[in-house]
Amino acid sequence: MKNKIILSVLLLFFTFCFVVLYKGLNNSNIYVPETKIEKTLIKFNSIDLYSGNKVSSDQIFVGSEYYVLNIWSSWCVPCREEHPKLIKLSKNKSIKLIGLNYRDNPKNAKKFIKEFGDPYFVIIKDTKGIISVDLGAIGVPETFIINKDKKIIKRFLGSLSEKSLNEINLIIK
Amino acid sequence: MLAHQIGYYSLILGFFFSILIIPISIKNFNNRNKVIDNKVFSLSFFQFFFVLVSFFGLILSFVNSDFSNETVFKNSHTTKPLFYKISGTWGNHEGSLLLWLLVLTLFIFIFLIKSTNQPKKYRILTLLFQQVIIIGFFLFLLKTSNPFNYLFPVPKEGLGLNPILQDPALAIHPPILYLGYVGSSIIFSSSLAAVVEKHISTVWAKHIKFWILVSWVFLTFGIMLGSIWAYYELGWGGFWFWDPVENVSLMPWFCLTALLHCILVLEKRSMLGSWTIILSIATFMLSMSGTFLVRSGILNSVHTFANDPERGIFILIFLFLLILFSLVIFFVFHKEKDQKIVKINWSSKEATILFNNWFLMYFLSVVLIGTVYPIFLEVLSDEKISVGPPFYYKLIIPFLIPFLFFMSIGPNLNWIKSEIKKIKIQIVLSFAISLLISFVILNQIGFVGLINSILILATFYLFFITIKDFFLKKFKNYSQIFSHFGFSLLILSILFNSILSSEKTINLKVGEEFSFREETITFESIESIQNKNYKSIVGYFKIKDKKNNYVQLKPELRIYNQPVMITSEADIKTTLYYDKFLVMNLVKDYEYFNVRYQVKPFMIWIWISTLLLVVGGFLSLFKRSYEK
Repeated sequence: MKNKIILSVLLLFFTFCFVVLYKGLNNSNIYVPETKIEKTLIKFNSIDLYSGNKVSSDQIFVGSEYYVLNIWSSWCVPCREEHPKLIKLSKNKSIKLIGLNYRDNPKNAKKFIKEFGDPYFVIIKDTKGIISVDLGAIGVPETFIINKDKKIIKRFLGSLSEKSLNEINLIIK
Repeated sequence: MLAHQIGYYSLILGFFFSILIIPISIKNFNNRNKVIDNKVFSLSFFQFFFVLVSFFGLILSFVNSDFSNETVFKNSHTTKPLFYKISGTWGNHEGSLLLWLLVLTLFIFIFLIKSTNQPKKYRILTLLFQQVIIIGFFLFLLKTSNPFNYLFPVPKEGLGLNPILQDPALAIHPPILYLGYVGSSIIFSSSLAAVVEKHISTVWAKHIKFWILVSWVFLTFGIMLGSIWAYYELGWGGFWFWDPVENVSLMPWFCLTALLHCILVLEKRSMLGSWTIILSIATFMLSMSGTFLVRSGILNSVHTFANDPERGIFILIFLFLLILFSLVIFFVFHKEKDQKIVKINWSSKEATILFNNWFLMYFLSVVLIGTVYPIFLEVLSDEKISVGPPFYYKLIIPFLIPFLFFMSIGPNLNWIKSEIKKIKIQIVLSFAISLLISFVILNQIGFVGLINSILILATFYLFFITIKDFFLKKFKNYSQIFSHFGFSLLILSILFNSILSSEKTINLKVGEEFSFREETITFESIESIQNKNYKSIVGYFKIKDKKNNYVQLKPELRIYNQPVMITSEADIKTTLYYDKFLVMNLVKDYEYFNVRYQVKPFMIWIWISTLLLVVGGFLSLFKRSYEK
């Protein structure tokens, strides 16, 4: 009898621990440094992936309410997972989606786009990773939301989730 | 490429064998043979062999920088030195789990070979329980953390190993620690098997003591290596930070230390059987929870590991299934009545061991609460806190005093009962000596607080008693004397290190100097050197004491190329009396440097004394029988 009580108390205790730890797992522990609110986008020059023409940031960031700058690479595994979400996002005509191809081989990059589809309005090359560093990016993929005044208003580290898509849609409305 | 394929398929083959063992050994369990079938041995060997091949496959992929392997791509780089390419194999999540599995399969094979004097049914049951764990790890590895994921297109260059992990002490720290962790899995399986088979006896205690000692030695040594790494590499000038990941290795250590002493009581007096079983289960559960806490990324810690909730959920479910499983076995099969109930006399060796077990359990719960509380709080109330060193100091230090006292007295008492009147004059004399010594020392360094003073006294007591035992005792138990002496030395060095350490932090330009206590420190020059995978900036400092003796210290800043990251390497001059520790950091534009200078007395004695603890445990492995 005494044993049964101890056993059930222990079981209850461990179930409680299990539930708490399970919930704890779903809390994200990825620490996102707060970017300074509305930091102005830097000016940069790059090369268009397909045409090979020189393009400047002033030419790209023009004529839209919002811009989404997505840093990606063909060798980046989470980018594959993220790609369908970008395609979904590109259906929204009020934004201009710009792909910054980070430290990639152009051949692989084109193959990647051919295979998974092209959500981007334009893809520019960042062969040496300098633009990404200047932007303050930490890794690939990373996504910046920029408004018409060329201010960075939001930033997502890692691949975009459904939750971040909703957040973007909220901002754009 | 080939190594990658071989690695992957032999891992699957290994999994196949680990499943095959189960029906074969169940069949063997039920037949009348007195010995275990050779089939079981060979299956167990093949299981180990294929995991070994798979592990070598991964090592080869790392050595050849085969970036079609995702694990290699994420954790290696062509410019890395060979040594760190190899150690990179287990420096990451997937590889380290493969190592876990390797040690698991190796240990059960050794267990089967070594335990021939034990009953057949008990051995097979141990094997079966161990297979449950092994299969769990196989599934975990193959399902959520396959080290052989294939990448296409093949990247030209890898992402590199985190530079702070590129250190010799850290390269061997995980494998050693794992030997300790995994050793506890054998203790777990065999104690459950012993419960089911009602085999908890002095014979069993003698046999399982080997595994307890092996795990304890490796765990202690592994913790020490981790601590050495933290001291030399992290550049904070401390050796223990009460960081959750460190605590997680300390918790099984408390448990295992208690178990190590319990098993002696079981061996000599056939008592404390339930204690032994509970501690065996708890040690392994704590090792597993350690893996869970570290690998799931549920903790916020200076150690950065992979952060994948799916993995966390798997380990969590596996861990709780094992807890459930062992609880059920314990409550269904273990009957207290099986053992003769003996009264413990308060003045006996077993009584002091029991007291200290309670103290160890108390230390364990303090560390456990300090580690887990922030997680629980965040889930239940969304509040983020972190538990710092003062919490641990306040709750642990006072209770070290009686703990040390029992540790000194215990080995000088007899089993069963000692006559109080017969307590020898030497024990009282040792107390008088330590009282005198602590008084003189406290006079020298000034009053350090009541609790610290008593702690110094208690530690010196243990110190002198073990010295006395070493020279005067008739039946010498060298392993116990070494370990207890090592422990007293450890506490003494930690105490004096923390009381007498001093430091100064200052911003300096090249050519400037500053004075600290009786020394002058001059920042003479800087030099920049290009190395294979990092660029280093070395600062030259000259330290002159009042007798005009020079010491040169060369702290370094390393700018790694892959991933781009700056680490600062402290330069440390170690002598028997103190360490001089100097570390610099960049302030701005390579002109001003932030310089931190520390004088830390008795640092090296912390490592020496831990080594003594390990040596004590190690000696015990070769000892025929315990005392009379």
